[in-house]
Amino acid sequence: MKLFDFWGGVHPLGQKHLSAEQPIRELPMPARLYVPLQQHTGRAALPVVKAGDKVGKGQLLGREHGGVSASVHAPTSGTVVAVGEFTAPHASGLSLPTIMLDSDGEDRWVEREPPPDPFALEPEAVADRIGAAGVVGMGGANFPAALKLGKARQAKVHTLAVNGAECEPYMTCDDRLMRERAEPIVDGVRLMLHALQAPRAVIAVEDNKPEAAAQMRAACQHDRNIQVAVVPARYPAGSAKQLIQLLTGLETPSGGRGTDTGVLVHNVGTAYAVHRALRQAHPLISRIVTVTGGAVVRPQNLEAPIGALVDDLLAFCGGAPAAARLLMGGPMMGQPLPGTQVPIVKGTNGILALTAAETLTVEPSPCIRCGRCVEACPMGLMPLEMSKRARRDDLDGALAFGLIDCISCGSCAYACPSRIPLVQYFDYARGALEIRQRAEQKAKETRRLLDQRQARLAREERAKAEAAARRQAEKLAAKAKARAKTGAAA
Amino acid sequence: MTLFPTSAPHAHAPDSVPRLMALVLAAVAPALLYGVILFGWPALNLLMVTILACLLAEAACLRLAGQPLRPFLSDGSALLTGVLLAMSLPPWAPWWIGAVGGTFAIVVGKQVFGGIGQNLFNPAMLARVMLLVSFPVEMTLWLEPRPLFSSQAPGFLEGLAITFAGIPNIDAVSGATVLGRIRTELGLSRELGQILGHYQPGLAGIGWSGGSAGETSELLILLGGLWLLWRRVIGWHIPVALLVAVLILSGSLHLVDPRRFAGPEVHLLSGGLMLGAFFIATDPVTSPTTKLGQILFGAGCGALIYVIRTWGGYPEGVAFAVVLMNAATPLIDHYVRPRIYGRTWRGQSRPVPERSKRRTAESGDAE
Amino acid sequence: MIAAVFIMTLLGLGMGGLLGLAARYLRVESNPLHEEILQLLPGVNCGQCGYPGCGGAAEALAAGKAAVTLCPPGGPPLAQTLAAKLGVAVDGATGGPPLLASVDEATCIGCAHCGKRCPTDAIIGAPKQIHGVIQDACIGCGLCVDVCPTECLQLRPVATTLKTWHWPKPMLSFGV
Repeated sequence: MKLFDFWGGVHPLGQKHLSAEQPIRELPMPARLYVPLQQHTGRAALPVVKAGDKVGKGQLLGREHGGVSASVHAPTSGTVVAVGEFTAPHASGLSLPTIMLDSDGEDRWVEREPPPDPFALEPEAVADRIGAAGVVGMGGANFPAALKLGKARQAKVHTLAVNGAECEPYMTCDDRLMRERAEPIVDGVRLMLHALQAPRAVIAVEDNKPEAAAQMRAACQHDRNIQVAVVPARYPAGSAKQLIQLLTGLETPSGGRGTDTGVLVHNVGTAYAVHRALRQAHPLISRIVTVTGGAVVRPQNLEAPIGALVDDLLAFCGGAPAAARLLMGGPMMGQPLPGTQVPIVKGTNGILALTAAETLTVEPSPCIRCGRCVEACPMGLMPLEMSKRARRDDLDGALAFGLIDCISCGSCAYACPSRIPLVQYFDYARGALEIRQRAEQKAKETRRLLDQRQARLAREERAKAEAAARRQAEKLAAKAKARAKTGAAA
Repeated sequence: MTLFPTSAPHAHAPDSVPRLMALVLAAVAPALLYGVILFGWPALNLLMVTILACLLAEAACLRLAGQPLRPFLSDGSALLTGVLLAMSLPPWAPWWIGAVGGTFAIVVGKQVFGGIGQNLFNPAMLARVMLLVSFPVEMTLWLEPRPLFSSQAPGFLEGLAITFAGIPNIDAVSGATVLGRIRTELGLSRELGQILGHYQPGLAGIGWSGGSAGETSELLILLGGLWLLWRRVIGWHIPVALLVAVLILSGSLHLVDPRRFAGPEVHLLSGGLMLGAFFIATDPVTSPTTKLGQILFGAGCGALIYVIRTWGGYPEGVAFAVVLMNAATPLIDHYVRPRIYGRTWRGQSRPVPERSKRRTAESGDAE
Repeated sequence: MIAAVFIMTLLGLGMGGLLGLAARYLRVESNPLHEEILQLLPGVNCGQCGYPGCGGAAEALAAGKAAVTLCPPGGPPLAQTLAAKLGVAVDGATGGPPLLASVDEATCIGCAHCGKRCPTDAIIGAPKQIHGVIQDACIGCGLCVDVCPTECLQLRPVATTLKTWHWPKPMLSFGV
């Protein structure tokens, strides 16, 4: 298959050897699980259980609610302890509505009907089942998969790009998944093709994962419309926009969607989850997580239930005593975690505990305009100019240099010899932009409310005046009548 | 210091500013050493004085600005400025040339603009231009090589005397550079064939010629520059554009009239061209950030160098050319921008052409 | 020599005269800035800025006598817009998080004074019933707090949620 190239990119040290040869092991079920009601883009799920309820494994805990939303299910059987707030796996340390579940040790499934043959179902019905299983994109944005498939089908995409690139250093969960569960993944791909009504699929694997590529090839050798494309390993090949460019040479229009190019990108983990959901009526209640980093005693890949604490995973891997930094995700785009008492969610591909030597934290120094950031940017932006304007709070200037097109991949900041925190400038600028937009909305709304109030007061004034006039008229009429009577009497 | 929580990315490329400066210094060191050996103790003294002046000026400016000294002094940028400036000065120039030049380079060439990364002009070249215009006599006193420890070379104490007290017998010592000779003798209506009669390009390339320390061994400078390219410290766009521009201009004009226009080998192997191409024009702060911009910048430098050498008022044009193109860099940066992914050149959202979409849909099935 | 002096003097006088005439007859009247500023202000006339209503604040801003950060309901975005309009710099302290009013239900006596004062009708509640503030409509002008007899109405900073949290600006000690 002819491959194209994407712009920019960097070559961070892979560091995958720490965990690449560790087969997936199942994490023993923790005693208590903390299942957030929001693990996806869009609106939080609404809880359908309350404290004290007994639930079975796979039972619905939170229902999707609103346009873009997803359901959450119980990762194991047990009792709901509480429906409240718990620390989110987020840099801010703020909390999320979460369902706290105590496991009863039995791991008993809720009653499930044997699933029908998905290929006999209509594509919409297939997508609905995927949505009912709470499947979201497992690669990055965690967008509800059913909605994404539905929209893509309407947009008539012709290619499903299955993302097995895993370009982030340290991460090996997709690698192991492809090596050990290639058949189910390919089955999931076939199912997604059916839901999409798309003619073909391409499974992209970076060239640093030869065994995974071989396994996937073997699994789809009899499928005429599914092929494996081995792509050169370079960060961020796994970014959806860059993957589309790599496979087709087409660019997603700015402000548009990937499906505008006719290609839909989904992670291999999502394909696996779709297989489980449609073939085994197994909702998304666990995922493969790579626990790695120089500070972890026994780095490995774990199949962990959603809602397990990071603490549980680290403890199973021997702990991370000298961790200078704890991240959810890879080193390029990972979220710094506020502590280990935060839950795993559907989008957690890895937990990274880095030593001080691995982070190489250095004080930033002034920009020397070397242009390495411009060279590294896969989106063709000029990070040095954008960050300068962000620093001065010149949001419009930053926008003019393409702020909204930044995918926050971190290639620019990786390449910067002055170690300037470029991504943080862009995140800050986007936040300031949101604040500005919200404030503008609020100002418009305020004006409307003020006018509304003035109108209401004016209406009431008028009504009062009319009522007074009417009373006046009635009084006069009554007086006139009375006079007429006395006049007549006289 | 600043950032909690720390933002992504949590990994960095091994390059840092001090490391880049160190690599550049390492690349220029062989040529520097060669120049010092070629011209003896006075050259070394001048180098030391210039470097010292740069460092002192930097420290004084940082102190005035209330900035911490350690990070900025140790990043190697002032040291590099001093080295490059010293390499472009006449090797037996008096100490105050080095001192004034170094101080001017750092104070007016760099700190006044706001410190590292903010300057508009290359500090070393700005200082050289100032010195050349203000002290033409001292700045054009060239001499033939007098290698260290050879019979004609001054001893250590004599060297100190030359640098700090002046050259005792100027006329016996001074000689012209190749470019200087070409300029004066063309002016006297001689022809190039006669002027360059004894010129041996091979020797010039290795560096047995008069001039500043930086314009002697083109070979060593070229090797240093290629090493920098290989280590990815500099990009190829500026040096190649510069050299190709000079090559094309000198080659074509030499073909037209070989008696008046020196050929490409003379231009490429004389003066500070190699040093300029690999070490001076490639200064990241004062050159454009995009690749196309760098090509334009390099080509402009090359063209200006040739024009000044051939028709300008000075025999050597690298310093002027670089300073002039530095002034054009903001303009180049403003207009030359990469195209943003998903947008047209004008910045609007770029729709996917239907033809490409269909072509992609049809291709790839037979595999 | 005399001729040169004479000519230069004549030129100077002539050009100076021309400039004076231009200043007089070609003068450009500046637009009433305060109309434009008034458009930008919320129009609530809450008086928190210390000026008589938004009109007073607009006049003071146009005259350059007031800081652009004077309006709490407008918040940092308004300060930035005003700064851009007037061509001044916004200094760092732009006030902090927005404040919104909320009722402490335990102490509300249902006197309904607050509802009458609220310029955006953000307070709901019938007389003798506990009142409440519609957070989306509240602009934090504080007029209700002033009239509440039991002080059950207070202005409180809006809590940051996961959806509203943003990365802070990196504070580096030199220019980028």
